[in-house]
Amino acid sequence: MMTAETKTTNEAHMDEDGGLTDDTVVSMNLPHLTFRTRNVEVFYGETQALFGIDLDIFRNQVTALIGPSGCGKSTYLRCLNRMNDTIDGCCVTGIIELDGDDVYDKALDPVHLRARVGMVFQKANPFPKSIYDNTAYGPRLHGLADSKADLDDVVEGSLTKAGLWDEVKDRLDAPGTGLSGGQQQRLCIARAIAVEPDVILMDEPCSALDPIATARIEELMDELRENYTIVIVTHSMQQAARVSQRTAFFHLGNLVESGDTEQIFTKPSDQRTQDYITGRFG
Amino acid sequence: MTDRSTKSAKVAASLRRRHAAERRFRLYGMGAVAFALACLGLLFFTVVSKGYTAFQQTYVKLPIYFDAGDIDPKNSGDPKVWAKANYQGMAKKSLRGLFPDVKKRRDKRALYKLASSGAAYELRAIVRENPDLVGTTTDVWVTADDDVDMFIKGYIRGDVAENERRISNKEMAWIEALVADGRLEKRFNTTFFSAGDSREPELAGVWGAAAGSFFTLLVTLALAFPIGVAAAIYLEEFAPKNKLTQVIEININNLAAVPSIVFGLLGLAVFLNFIGMPRSAPLVGGVVLALMTLPTIIIAGRAAIKSVPPSIREAALGLGASRSQVVFHHVLPLAMPGVLTGTIIGMAQALGETAPLLMIGMVAFIVDIPGGFTDPATVLPVQIYLWADSPERAFVERTSAAIMVLLGFLIMMNLTAVWLRKKFERRW
Repeated sequence: MMTAETKTTNEAHMDEDGGLTDDTVVSMNLPHLTFRTRNVEVFYGETQALFGIDLDIFRNQVTALIGPSGCGKSTYLRCLNRMNDTIDGCCVTGIIELDGDDVYDKALDPVHLRARVGMVFQKANPFPKSIYDNTAYGPRLHGLADSKADLDDVVEGSLTKAGLWDEVKDRLDAPGTGLSGGQQQRLCIARAIAVEPDVILMDEPCSALDPIATARIEELMDELRENYTIVIVTHSMQQAARVSQRTAFFHLGNLVESGDTEQIFTKPSDQRTQDYITGRFG
Repeated sequence: MTDRSTKSAKVAASLRRRHAAERRFRLYGMGAVAFALACLGLLFFTVVSKGYTAFQQTYVKLPIYFDAGDIDPKNSGDPKVWAKANYQGMAKKSLRGLFPDVKKRRDKRALYKLASSGAAYELRAIVRENPDLVGTTTDVWVTADDDVDMFIKGYIRGDVAENERRISNKEMAWIEALVADGRLEKRFNTTFFSAGDSREPELAGVWGAAAGSFFTLLVTLALAFPIGVAAAIYLEEFAPKNKLTQVIEININNLAAVPSIVFGLLGLAVFLNFIGMPRSAPLVGGVVLALMTLPTIIIAGRAAIKSVPPSIREAALGLGASRSQVVFHHVLPLAMPGVLTGTIIGMAQALGETAPLLMIGMVAFIVDIPGGFTDPATVLPVQIYLWADSPERAFVERTSAAIMVLLGFLIMMNLTAVWLRKKFERRW
């Protein structure tokens, strides 16, 4: 569903879209709005997990959600592709729009939504199948490839984009679960981008990885940003500072502040943000 | 410092106690395992030592004259006429020929009983397969009577008073003469594996009961597996978690503990009396056993589905799989080893079940080997029960042998369960 208001804003953004050439000017020129969320509230049964979140997520940017444990950043992330639907007693209110479409519209099939919004989880969770089948699962599911050769291309392309192709091209039939932790996580990223989503949600993708594997994934995020919009939940402030263009700080279910990463980390406007990024709590 | 040393002494003292407790506990465990193994060993030993002789049967070699005048007096060549000939008479004639001194009617009757009454069928089968034998005299091995068999196997002893044994002194003399002549020997008992039940122990076999068990279990599997797995999937993956599903869950668990004879009564009341299905049929037995097995399969299936890591479900959902796709592409294949193990344990239970089948008439004496789902049939455990109830000495060893066959099937099913689990097992 499109409200009159969003329509105009979107059109305004579209006009500017053509003029966008340089990522660095993105924040000044107001890039294309991907997710627009207003007054999002989430309840798990009686408990309220999120309080009136207003947050915009822009195309071809990495948006980092930071905050102490239990602050609701993962909950917010899982609203964006309706993964919260699978939790019993979870109720989401407010406006969440993806390119102007209401994500929680009854008529919108979550299957269709999740084909547009991919997700990478905290713990690498490849299927206990071959590397090829892992990557090909999404395209097969949605019927994206017309032929075997087509599918091969999609698999190769996705694994290449995820920076894994050179490491696994000789053993595509080996089980995905036999890879190292970092490779498994990149396989999960390859699996997500094989569906060619608009947005990739990442829920602490590096928390179980060593620094080298983490660096690979961070590099990868920077490359993927050219084609995808990325939202990442992270516990590591350094990571947020390194990879993101925009940062949103959550605390106790509230969005304390959001804005350009540089500004959040150098001149936060809220005392709680200041305390958190300087390590005084959290 | 004193504090420290007393503390360390206390710890040392408690350590000794803890180690002793651990050793004791280990000993208990080992004792329990040893006891269980000893019981199992005893069971196998008694069953095998009592039953292994049933796999051999005494046969007697008789020179049979296939008299063309007896078999086909009018020279019609009609197989029906051949089938009606007096083959028992030929066996009798042959025995008379072997012992020409026996003259008294009563003695002759005793002599005839050396060969089983089934000899006639064996001779008829021989003539049907080799028509050329008609008109010749041929040595033929026919089944000996069960008393002869028992005497040869040593279960009827010659050193007790004549009136206390089933073999008279005369009969003993004939048997010894036949043995000396090489006309009486033990051979592999094919009848036991190919025949149905019989009043004559030497003609009784387990094949009829095994076929009955097979058809019954086929019905059970065809009903219980799909219904059970579907119920497990629905309850675990789709059903909302509320009061109603809780009540259903409790009831399924209760159903697993219901005495099996109750299911038999249900089958009698509903399937036989109300719906009017045939009595003694594997179809009804299978349905009743399916009802009994369902809770086992549902509980095992739910446990297996629950043990699939949620991360796999999330991964598939995150890629845009629908809930049923998540179940059929990922959850069910990963849960399969557990589901199959539960199913086979349930089926093994059903294979060994007697009580519910008594209620629906599968306890009958059935000679014919069932050829389908509605033929009257019995099953292996019921056959064991029937034989254990029979007075003839020869049924004792057949009972044990039938138990061995049943245990053999159970072990095979359990091995299949292990093999299936290995085959479908995937690591993550």
